[in-house]
Amino acid sequence: MEEFFTIAKKNFKSRLIVGTGKYKDFDQTSKAVKASGADIVTVAVRRVNILNKDQPLLMDYIDPKSITYLPNTAGCFTSEEALRTLRLAREMGGWRLVKLEVLGDKKTLYPNMIETLKSTKILVKEGFQVMVYCTDDPILAKQLEDLGACAIMPLAAPIGSGLGIQNKTNITLIKEQSSVPVIVDAGVGTASDATIAMELGCDGVLINTAIAEAKNPILMAEAMKFAVISGRKAFKAERMKKRTYGRSSSPEENLI
Amino acid sequence: MNNLNVAKIQLNGTLFEIKKGSNLNELLNQLKIQKNKVAIEVNGVIIEKNKYLKKILHKNDKVEIVHFIGGG
Repeated sequence: MEEFFTIAKKNFKSRLIVGTGKYKDFDQTSKAVKASGADIVTVAVRRVNILNKDQPLLMDYIDPKSITYLPNTAGCFTSEEALRTLRLAREMGGWRLVKLEVLGDKKTLYPNMIETLKSTKILVKEGFQVMVYCTDDPILAKQLEDLGACAIMPLAAPIGSGLGIQNKTNITLIKEQSSVPVIVDAGVGTASDATIAMELGCDGVLINTAIAEAKNPILMAEAMKFAVISGRKAFKAERMKKRTYGRSSSPEENLI
Repeated sequence: MNNLNVAKIQLNGTLFEIKKGSNLNELLNQLKIQKNKVAIEVNGVIIEKNKYLKKILHKNDKVEIVHFIGGG
């Protein structure tokens, strides 16, 4: 039976969400997205370059009709900035499913949770479906869910760090208590990290830098696709118990 | 363009000349931008697409035109 990944009552096939930043060009972006098998891509809202109007547009390479655009608020440090950005995103084409990310520090890119909670409340009230980038604090994650967030997206390590899943215990605690999807957003560095996140029981993984900064981004995108599938299957299969000592895999009776 | 027929606005942070009395549709035409790919804010207020025709721009208006780019 096919299993769907459901966010805000919408079904998706892939549990991998990919970012579209940091690629060499839009051609590479589009190839990597395709190789990843993702159904959702994050996108940023920025000023149109009026001095160079012939610049290629992301929408010409990744069709928003065939893949779900998830507008983000990257670069916003206050609730006001984030709200303005997402309201503009919604006006662009009716995007209600959005990724909220309010940063608190330029060096660590850690989220400012006070501004994040404040923004979530307002956005939900305005009818947005809000997937929220957050710290790995279970109490704050619960508050986000109570405010109406449609997905909780804790960091596993700082954005763009590639350090892997540094907080297995907290991610597990958040997953256990949440009734909305939990998606690891930030920190994945390579395929095994994505698998670990999924083995912990997370519903999905959001990856950008680990794909875009690989020497071969398209191949890494494909690796991430399989890593997420693999981790999900392993989680569903329920792994064996760990033992301290060895146990033979071949029968020990009737030896010659 | 004759100076009398020109109005200067702040477009995406830069001074920009438009024909006096231009509406948002005309501004987009001047810029060769398709309206379904952008969102526009005038003096901090988002303008809905069906109101572009009625939204006349005035001298010193602050106009922001945004679109989607790659991001994480």
